[in-house]
Amino acid sequence: MVPTSYYIILSAVLFGLGVFAFIFKRNIITMFMSIELMLNAVNLAFVAFSQALGKPDGQVFVLFVVVVAAAEAAVGLGIIILIARNRQSLNVERVDLLKL
Amino acid sequence: MTPQLAVFFVLAALAVAGAINLILQKHPIHSALSLIVVMVALAGLYLLLGAEFVAAVQIIVYGGAIMVLFVFVIMLLNAGVEEHTSLSKLAGGPGLLLAVALAGFIAATVARSSDSVQAAAQNGTLAPTRDISSMIFKEFVYPFELTSFLVLVAILGAAVLAQREKS
Repeated sequence: MVPTSYYIILSAVLFGLGVFAFIFKRNIITMFMSIELMLNAVNLAFVAFSQALGKPDGQVFVLFVVVVAAAEAAVGLGIIILIARNRQSLNVERVDLLKL
Repeated sequence: MTPQLAVFFVLAALAVAGAINLILQKHPIHSALSLIVVMVALAGLYLLLGAEFVAAVQIIVYGGAIMVLFVFVIMLLNAGVEEHTSLSKLAGGPGLLLAVALAGFIAATVARSSDSVQAAAQNGTLAPTRDISSMIFKEFVYPFELTSFLVLVAILGAAVLAQREKS
């Protein structure tokens, strides 16, 4: 039996790595991938607490998080394609004006 | 060390190594492949926790659908190696400090409170998939129906955003 705190610490480490990747990376697709990493870290915490409490609530929330992540990926990648078409670049430092 | 603990440490090391590799790789396709490693390792951890349904969803939706979408967009846009300016290199130091502080704070706070969670746990075994489905379609039926609207709006939004302008 693995203690719940181990899962939570792993979840926090993955979330921290996701935050750092979001700050450090300059490619807009990689930044988007680090958001997915953060969502995955939160899902791990949900399932770990669901197991600790013996209740299915946490797994239901994970299902909703996955649906939101899928919707976010569809819309976000559409926006990325638009930016790449208008700017001919995926570097976020080239995208510093609201006007396209 | 019990076998479960050994499996946990192997999968946790795999997940953390994949996440670090995501940061270190310069080309987005390499970052995408290391993110797939993280997701498969997390699916293994869900199996270790006894959440078979979530593990299957993780593999099918994250490892399958979402990452295929990412790799497709990277190849469609022919994304190259990312370039760093001196200002973005400067952001790395404070960013690392901030991320370490954030992870440490979350881990310390939640790990301390998880002892009381462990004390409050009745049995520590996970509910089977049947309980999850009955919860979705009884207690959470209204949010569940709302997610279908969310997916519909996302499909429409993606289609509107990606269409070519009429010339």
